[in-house]
This record gives sequence, structure tokens and C-alpha cells, in this order.
Amino acid sequence: MTGNVDVLLGSIDAIENGLGQFGYIANRQISTAVYLSHHLQKPILVEGPAGVGKTELAKSVAAYVGMPLIRMQCYEGLDESKALYEWKYGKQLLYTQILKDKLGQLFGLTETIEAALEKLHGFSDVFFSHHFLEPRPLLRALQQEKGAVLLIDEIDKSDQEFEAFLLEILSDYQVTIPEIGVVEAITPPIVFLTSNSMRDLGDALKRRCLHLHIGFPDAKLEARIIDTRVPGIDEKLRKQLVSFVQQLRALELKKLPSVSETIDWARVLVLLHANMLQSDMVRDTLNVLLKFESDIEAAGKQLDSMTHKARQEAGFAD
Amino acid sequence: MPTDMQVHGIAPVQTGPTISEPLRRFLTAARSAGVRISSAESIDAMRAVEVVGFSDRTVLRDSLSLLVAKSVEEKQIFEDCFELYFQRNDFTKPNEPGWRTPQADDEDDEDGGNQGGGPGGTGGAQGMGGGQGMGGGKAAADRLAQMLLADDRAGLAQAMEQAAEQIGLNKISFFTQTNLYTRRIMERMGIRPVEREIEALRRANNDASNSRADALETGRERLRDRVRDFVERNLLLFAKGENEKFREELLKSSKLTNMERRDMDRMRVIVRAIAKKLAEKYGRNRKKKNRGQLDTRKTIRRNMAWESIPFITVWKQKKIDKPKVMVLCDVSGSVAAMAQFLLLFLYTLNEALSNIRSFAFAGNLIEVSEILERKPIEEAISEIMMTVGFGSSNYGNALLDFEEGYFSAVDSKTTVIILGDARGNYNDPRTDIVQRLSERAKRLIWLNPEYRSSWGTGDSDMFRYGPYCHILTVCNTIRHLENIVTDMLKGSR
Repeated sequence: MTGNVDVLLGSIDAIENGLGQFGYIANRQISTAVYLSHHLQKPILVEGPAGVGKTELAKSVAAYVGMPLIRMQCYEGLDESKALYEWKYGKQLLYTQILKDKLGQLFGLTETIEAALEKLHGFSDVFFSHHFLEPRPLLRALQQEKGAVLLIDEIDKSDQEFEAFLLEILSDYQVTIPEIGVVEAITPPIVFLTSNSMRDLGDALKRRCLHLHIGFPDAKLEARIIDTRVPGIDEKLRKQLVSFVQQLRALELKKLPSVSETIDWARVLVLLHANMLQSDMVRDTLNVLLKFESDIEAAGKQLDSMTHKARQEAGFAD
Repeated sequence: MPTDMQVHGIAPVQTGPTISEPLRRFLTAARSAGVRISSAESIDAMRAVEVVGFSDRTVLRDSLSLLVAKSVEEKQIFEDCFELYFQRNDFTKPNEPGWRTPQADDEDDEDGGNQGGGPGGTGGAQGMGGGQGMGGGKAAADRLAQMLLADDRAGLAQAMEQAAEQIGLNKISFFTQTNLYTRRIMERMGIRPVEREIEALRRANNDASNSRADALETGRERLRDRVRDFVERNLLLFAKGENEKFREELLKSSKLTNMERRDMDRMRVIVRAIAKKLAEKYGRNRKKKNRGQLDTRKTIRRNMAWESIPFITVWKQKKIDKPKVMVLCDVSGSVAAMAQFLLLFLYTLNEALSNIRSFAFAGNLIEVSEILERKPIEEAISEIMMTVGFGSSNYGNALLDFEEGYFSAVDSKTTVIILGDARGNYNDPRTDIVQRLSERAKRLIWLNPEYRSSWGTGDSDMFRYGPYCHILTVCNTIRHLENIVTDMLKGSR
């Protein structure tokens, strides 16, 4: 299996093509990052605006190498009992109830409290063993025999303490559970961390990761992405649509439309059986691209000229 | 794509050589340009280079950028630096002397015949050093002359790189050193014997010797231009970042009241950066755990699933409030510069504060929050100055205005910051208002841009106000400002 992964992640070109087959159009930088991450055994920290395909990258890599994707969504207040492991308290409780009689028998033979305690020490670890351990995403990722893709999503939403807690797993692929000891990864997982830059991450975390920044794609790449994601789209329409979105990104808006929005919009236009950008239609569907009223208003003023330009760039003069 | 280098890459650590010289030099350049690179990261960079090899420039750039530059800004700096550093290769395309792959070494052997053949290139360079260091080796001089005549760009560039390394060009730190370093490099390359030869040829004064001398002189001039160009690029690479860092440090601790106009913009950038950092740190809701105090209600709730047997304990927490700030700025005369930076600082910090209201005064006091929120800070400040500034200050009057208009807005959660030199032009200081303010507010911070030694002299009422202030301190540099605001955000009194 690992041999297979080595082949799959054997060269940058192979990765670029492979991800393409799974519907993820990666640029050179992205595939270089995946390649290096495999060869240096380092996690990838992906930063960039929302909707440029950070999470999608992890999913596609998982699909490409045929490993399960284990996803952990970060939020404020996330702690190790939700991220790493938890004891199955209910099960522990139930077992002690069931075993009560058994314990009575065992202790019945001892005469002093000291002797009973001595005996109890012999069993003390029973209730804090792997049987009563409930693995959460991080531990689960380490326990996968054939490896896994671990996605730690929106790490910037978690607390700083949690970030520090992640350091051990990120650099050594192991975690320490006080009652059991150090748990090492059977096969080191491929780790992705994503961040929307809500806050600056600590240097210690950044140092342990490859830092990949995914920005908005250029027109060529975006056209390819639309092509794979919205297969039925007319080529002329695609050209106009990409040109329009690229123009939109040059405006000063609160939230610029991302790739995911472009894809949505392309789907909408296909549904509407459009084969040309028309100002009216653009105006009606602009809310797919822009998520703020003020943005829609700002873009609305230049809508006609932008549509016109998009048509020209795609090779249609009115 | 990498071929033979990649084989090493599979087991990088044990077979890897120590960090190669060209890479190390490049990282030094990147560091001085302002990219923070730890030693662990440079080791990673070395491992990455072993994996991807040197042959594909773009892949190399992307790889190093992934490992070394850890923010968008840093990536930009890094890429510029990368381009700048490898620009010199335009001069010497075929050889790529900065990154010597084994193949490149072979080529060097053919045309230059002076390479030691070590993969890092350093061994070769040092070997050369002995011969050329004398500056008089006959063979070396001949070779230089030959290269000059043939305009052998590759060979010259290589000799130049080696000479530069030997004289320590990366220690260059000032623009004025350009000529010095240019001459030194040329001497290292053995220009002196060539110059002697030119002289000898001129003395011989026949057609053949004159034309050779002309050719040599042209070659020398061309070489000088290139070396100078090279030195200037290195200055940019190795010294620009350092100089800027030094300057920034200097600015942070220089007095704001006599800041030069040309430094203002840079200062604003620095202030913004500091404030942004603080805002990130303190901008979120913070809670302090009170370990040892059990939150019974929450503990029972949390353990409901197992009949409230408290497996998991929940401790009481205290929320740390974001400070609510009211700031009173004296905008008369000398204090104005400081006021500008204080306001800039606080407004950049906005998200770490729960509420901010600002007031400006000279003779009278007005609220300026609205102007500051509406306009970019630079414009807002000049508008405020137009309205109230440059009059002579009257603290008593201003304080009275504040008490009458806004006293009710001060509550036990408010931090009041007064910025001023407390020079009230011998008017009634109205310390009674400050006393009431101090009792009412959570804390009262007085920032005085004057040095402590001049407090209380002349018309300064600082010592009259002093007893009512929770914090009273000198504040006339960015560093002071940073310390004070950090303390305030931490929530300490």
C-alpha cells in the first residue's frame, strides 16, 4: 500500500495529473506542496480566502491516494476530549456494576484493607485501557493502519492553547495520553490544516508546516476548473463568465467572489439555458456571486460595461 | 524534473551533506530582506532542495517558498528576493553559478578549467583562492586577459562570484562602499597584471600591441560595469533589509514630538503593525480559568450522561472584559504629534476594545469620535486640528467641558486616558474634576510626552494631577505607547 502511495506521489507531474482526474485542478505550487509534504513528512498549512478550494484539496488528495479522510472541524472551545480521545465513562460505569459481584468474591478472601488495596492495585489499569478509549479524529488518524488524510479544518477558529496541543502530533505524529502513554502513528497520515487567516497562527505551528497560500486563480486556471466542475457548459459562455468574474475581483468589494461562487454561478447559468452573458440575466443572478447588498449595488453600476467587456474578451463584439 | 538528486531525497537526513553554501547564502539574503527563517527551517529547506533538485527554477522557488515564507507578505518578499538573487544568472545563463549542479560543474570544467569539482562549488572556490589571491599568478592573469578579450561572460561571471565570496561581499552594508568593493573584486580577479600588461603594450606602441591594449581596455571597462552592477545588487540583497530593520528599531525609540516629516508615513506603518498584532492577541473574548473553584451547576450538567457522577469537572471561569476607553487628547502645540499616534494606535486596535470615544481639546473640548470613525485617520486628524488645534491649552476649561457634557458616560468599566503635558497656561487646573473622574472610572491613565524632569516646572500642573492618576507615565515614543497599551489590554491595573 505504501509502495502504491510512493508511486502516486512520486513526482509533481503525477500529482498534478492525478488530482485532475479527481476533479481538482491544481496549479504547480499546490502539487509541489503535496509532493514535498509526502517526501519531507510535513503537514501542509493551507491559507487563503474562503471558497478557493482549501478543504477540497484535502478531499481530492484523499480520493487520489485512496485513503480515508478524517476531518476535524475546529471551533472556539475545542479541547482534547473532543479532538483526541475521551474515556467511555458510561461503559466504565456499566462494567463496574456488572463486575460488582465478581469483585466482592475477589475481596472476600482478603482480611485487611491493605491486602484488599494491594489486590485492587493489580486491576487498576483495567478500566483505563484501550477498551475504554473513545478515539476522536486525531487519535483515529494515527490508528489507521493504511494511513489516512487528516484534515484539521479552520485551525484559526480554535484557541491558542489548542494550537500548542497540536504541535506534538504535527511534528512527531504521536500523542501522549497520560493513562496509557505515547501513541505513535502506525502509518503517518498526510495532514492538511486550513486557515482563513482570522488570526495569525503561532510561529511554532507555522514552523512545523509547509505554508501553502492559495489565492484566487487566474483566468486560465479558473476556466479549467469550471470545465471540470460544470461539464455541460458552453465554451463561449465559460469564457465570458470567467472574464466577468475576473473583472469583478478587480473591484473594491467587501467580499470578492471565490472559485466556489464562480462554479455555482456557472451552474445557475447552465440551468437557465444561457449561452451568452446578458446584462439583465447577470443582474438577476448576481446574488449568487456577491453576498453583500452593498457589493451588489457597487457592482451593479458597472454591470453593463463589464458584461460588454466580458463578451469582447471572449471574442464577441455586439 | 529531478533525476539523480531525487535518489538522495528518499533518505535525506543521514546522507545529506551540511547545508550547502549557495543555499545558505541565499537564505542569508532572504533573512536580511525581512523573511524570518529559523535554523530548523533552513535545515528543512536543505532537505527540500535535496528532494526537488536544482534543475527546475520554478519548482525550487515554490518549494523554498513553502518552507521558508510563512505568510502572504513574506511570500511576496521571498519571491522578490529569489528573483533578485538569481538575476545574476541572466549574465551567465548556461552555468548558473549560484546553484551548481554536477552537470553544470562539468561544463565549468570545460570552459573555465578552474573548478574544483565539488558539488557545492565551495571546494573549488577555495582551491582557486590560493592561486588568485596573490593577484599575480601568471596563469590566472593570462586567463583573465583571455576571457576579457573573448568576452567570455560565463567564465568572467564565475571568477567574479568567487572573488566576491573571497572578499566577503555579503558583508557590504552601505551604498558608499560600492566602489571599494568593486575595486576589491576586480583585484581579486587579477586585474592588476592585466593593467600592467596594458601599460607594457602601450609602451611597445606598435599596431599589434595597441590594438590588443585597446581590446583589453574595453574588456576591463565592461568588466567594471558588470562588477559594479553585481555589487549593487548584492547591496540590495544583503543590506537593504538590515538597514530597514535598524532604522525601524531606531524610529520605535525616537521621540515622536520631534519626528521628521519624511518619517511620518513609515511611523504610521509601524504603529499599524504593532496595533494589529495586539488586536489579534486581545481581540477575542478571553476567559480566565479559576482552577480550584468548582462550577457545580455546569459539572452536574456535563456529567448527566453517567448519572452525574463527576468524571469531568468544570471550573468556574471569569470573563476578561475588553477595555472600554475614553481618550482625551491635548492637541495643542507640541503634544499634537503624540496625539496623532495615540489615536492611530487606538483606532487600529478597535476590535480589541469594546468601545472607544475620543475627545480633543486645546482651549475647549469637543468629541471627535465621529470624525475618526468616518474618515481615514490621517484626514481625520488634520480635520480635528483645524477645528480645535493650535490654540493655547486650558486644562481647567477642557475638563469642565468634559464633566458637563460626558461625565455620565464614564462608568466603573471605563478606562480614561488623558494625553497631555499638563501645561495649562496658569489657568485653574481644576484638579477636583480629575479627582471625581478618577473615582468614577475603572482607571485613569495620564500620558505625558515630557520627560519627568520637566514636570512641575513653569506652568506644568502635572504634580497637582498626579495623585489622582492610577498610571502616570512618560510617553513619547512608540515603544512607550506599545507598553502602556499592552498593559491596559492585559487587564492589569
